[in-house]
Amino acid sequence: MSGNTHVSQSGPPLVQLRKVRKVYGTGQAAVHALKGIDLTIHAGEFVAIMGSSGSGKSTTMNILGCLDTPTSGSYLLQGVDVGALTRDQRALLRRYFLGFVFQGFNLLHRTTALENVELPLIYRSMPGGARRRLAAEALKSVGLEGRESHSPGELSGGQQQRVAIARAIVTHPKLLLADEPTGNLDSVTSREIMELLTALNRERGLTIVMVTHDVETAAFARRCIRFRDGLIVDGQPPERKPS
Amino acid sequence: MIRQNIRMAIRTIRRNVLRSALTILGIVIGVAAVITLVTLGEGATAQVASEISSLGSNRLDVRPGQAHRGPGGVRSEADPLEAEDARAIAREVGGVEAVAPVASMSAQAIHGSRNRSTTVTGTTRGFLQVRNWPLADGRTFSEAEERSGKAVCLLGTTVRKELFGSSEAVGAWIRLGKLSCRVIGVLESKGQSSFGADQDDVVLIPLRTFQRRLAGNTDVQAIYVSVKEGISTQKVKEQITELMRERRRISADKEDDFHVMDMQEITKALTGSTQVMTALLGAVAAVSLIVGGIGIMNIMLVSVTERTREIGIRLAIGAMERDVLTQFLVEAVVLSIFGGITGIALGLVTAAIAASVLGLPFIFNAGIVGTAFLFSAAVGIAFGFFPAKQAARLDPIEALRRE
Ligand SMILES: Nc1ncnc2c1ncn2[C@@H]1O[C@H](COP(=O)(O)OP(=O)(O)OP(=O)(O)O)[C@@H](O)[C@H]1O
Ligand SMILES: [Mg+2]
Repeated sequence: MSGNTHVSQSGPPLVQLRKVRKVYGTGQAAVHALKGIDLTIHAGEFVAIMGSSGSGKSTTMNILGCLDTPTSGSYLLQGVDVGALTRDQRALLRRYFLGFVFQGFNLLHRTTALENVELPLIYRSMPGGARRRLAAEALKSVGLEGRESHSPGELSGGQQQRVAIARAIVTHPKLLLADEPTGNLDSVTSREIMELLTALNRERGLTIVMVTHDVETAAFARRCIRFRDGLIVDGQPPERKPS
Repeated sequence: MIRQNIRMAIRTIRRNVLRSALTILGIVIGVAAVITLVTLGEGATAQVASEISSLGSNRLDVRPGQAHRGPGGVRSEADPLEAEDARAIAREVGGVEAVAPVASMSAQAIHGSRNRSTTVTGTTRGFLQVRNWPLADGRTFSEAEERSGKAVCLLGTTVRKELFGSSEAVGAWIRLGKLSCRVIGVLESKGQSSFGADQDDVVLIPLRTFQRRLAGNTDVQAIYVSVKEGISTQKVKEQITELMRERRRISADKEDDFHVMDMQEITKALTGSTQVMTALLGAVAAVSLIVGGIGIMNIMLVSVTERTREIGIRLAIGAMERDVLTQFLVEAVVLSIFGGITGIALGLVTAAIAASVLGLPFIFNAGIVGTAFLFSAAVGIAFGFFPAKQAARLDPIEALRRE
């Protein structure tokens, strides 16, 4: 297989969800957002998640991103049981292994593009010089060279999302989580962002899980999972490395 | 990380200059008030103390009547002192440097067409020694003049100026009421006392002259005693008390009908009241610092609410609870320290101006400045903690969802 040479089957899978349930609230008002999902993702994959509104996609992404924990079932990230970790330990997992891209970009206002990208490195206690160099490189790799000192308000939506992607990849995460990254963008800009993500997946072997409502966007992924009503209804098996 | 936090905090504060300024106003005013009042209070204390020592250090005052609490209170029914008491003290008490019996009254001093109502004090040469008061011109009384009650006088600079202007006073004759007397010397200027009295508004004449020609009695209102350097004032005080009890024939079971006051007591009584003032003002200032702290807490809570999304972003990219806590705590402390420094500067400037207007010495007290600084930092920590904790406890998902 020529397209993706990074998918690895050696060692534990990067992500393993087993019988994961998520219930919000209790008693009569309880909402069963996830009703027992199993999901395995290997390093190097590019997975799209689709499904109607309220089907549990964002809930799954929050669990994958260690922002939330399952009500029952287990989540193993590189073999580590996330459910057993404290809030601060999960923060450290996010700091060292995860990157996030949001629908609404979520950049800090009145803060330059460079400083936004530097932010995750600050939490890694990286000295200023190295930090600025890495952040500038990341901005360059998303095609924003020369925009370092622009603040989000001075950038277009597509450019803002590129800054967000640069911020997510500057730490070289194991897993990039993108919840509707093109949801606020027009189709041309969407395609540009998807080309960027695809390139990151192919060239760097970055593992990406992306939620989208758009079939065209989902087509960029190597694998598509469909949610309906808190369950996975259609998921191709994980990609295999050619033997 | 802390350096990052400080830089971040300064940037946030600068983004909202007006609001930050209003936030720290309470602390600025509180700290400035403390610095101003304490500095002025110390200036006043120092001035009182230096004036008292300028009255003559190691001085004892003997006055008739029992001592009341505080200086100056005298019962009138006690027998007055006598000139002989002063001579006895000089003769019999060891360690005495100089003794001056004193009797005063107000009188009109006249020279030509000029006159001034002033205080005439009858005393001896010892007076200048006890009061540490040099002559600017002329000479003091001779022993013969004192003994025979000659009509000679020494003028304070105020009286000299009033009666003689720029012309020569020594050798001239003036009238004190009905007494005509010759000016033999002029005293150096002592200036105003802390009680506002002009010490130079005085005419000195020999005690005997005063008693015979002006007062018409032999009363002495007080005896000033100065103690030799290195001799315990307390010892001398005890000896004088013993001698005076003997001279006034007070039996062992009776209380003194006179009192001997030393300068330390006077100093303590005067500076003690300024210390109480300082403590009271300090309490008021502490209250205003607390009010300032509440102002900071209020604004920090608003800031946390406004920046919920930012907190969510930080948590999502890997900030731990304590990172967020530190960030907001540092912001609160930077704010309050900024307020503290501004307050210290404002307080010192105000104190310097006020001191020069009031004619007090400006005394820089590093201790109180340091304390005010630490206090303002502590206010930031104490009142910033709760909002910072609120921020750190936010749920990242909810925080990100917040608009
Ligand atoms: N914090 C919460 N409290 C209560 N219910 C929640 C909460 N978060 C999500 N839900 C519910 O869980 C279900 C799944 O929500 P989720 O956000 O995962 O949907 P989604 O697939 O991402 O939908 P969309 O495509 O609209 O983003 C929904 O019914 C939602 O109302
Ligand atoms: Mg969603």
